[in-house]
Amino acid sequence: MIYLNAFLFAGVVCLIGQIILDNTKLTPGHITSMFVVIGSFLDIFDIYDQFVLWAGGGALVPITSFGHLLIHGAMDTVNNFGVMGLFMGMFDLTSAGIVAAIIFSFLLSLVFRPKD
Amino acid sequence: MDKSKYKMLVNKYTPKENRLYNGLIAFVVGGFMGMLGQFLITFYSSYFDIPTKEASVFMIITLVFLGCFLTCLGFFDKLVSFARCGLIIPITGFAHSMMSAALEYRREGLVTGLGANMFKLAGTVIIFGVVSAYIFGFIRVFVMRG
Repeated sequence: MIYLNAFLFAGVVCLIGQIILDNTKLTPGHITSMFVVIGSFLDIFDIYDQFVLWAGGGALVPITSFGHLLIHGAMDTVNNFGVMGLFMGMFDLTSAGIVAAIIFSFLLSLVFRPKD
Repeated sequence: MDKSKYKMLVNKYTPKENRLYNGLIAFVVGGFMGMLGQFLITFYSSYFDIPTKEASVFMIITLVFLGCFLTCLGFFDKLVSFARCGLIIPITGFAHSMMSAALEYRREGLVTGLGANMFKLAGTVIIFGVVSAYIFGFIRVFVMRG
């Protein structure tokens, strides 16, 4: 059942992105930034956590989860250190994705040459 | 020929993109990415016997690796131009944008090319994510008290 939810949630998020891409002049860069902002906005009222509970991996795969994880990591340290925690824990949960992207792109770009 | 007539002619001969078809492809491909993510989480959590939270981190690393590696082999670009947002919105799009920037600027040298330009496309996601998370976190701390 959770597979169906994951399919529906991730599909609908991508569909919204595609509709925006087709009907406006925004580039994919605009759309991904917009979705990150939307993801962190939805976390104000813990709405995105409900999505994660409902759709599992389907809610973690789209880029909206990046914004959600940023604010989530920040709020965890805020509980311990007060308002300074906003600066400390922002990348706690997203570091895996960013570090993986940096390491893999660096190493692979040493090996591969661009096609064309 | 007056302007409106010319405009009509131009509209007639510009190739029309089928928006319904594009949307459907994005929905199906994006949906399958979500299912793949859920499958990987279930797989890792049962295979390595770890909680779901850590398994989802493993899943993100796997998808980032897939995005980078397929971009290197050269056919991820074709997949992206076919599925558009179906592959741009998932985390693979983030990996793809970093990898293609790294590949493109590699020939300009390690520091001035690769190091300086890797975040050229992916940087917007991180910058806007951090700024918005900071502002919304501020709202949560001061307006809603946690």
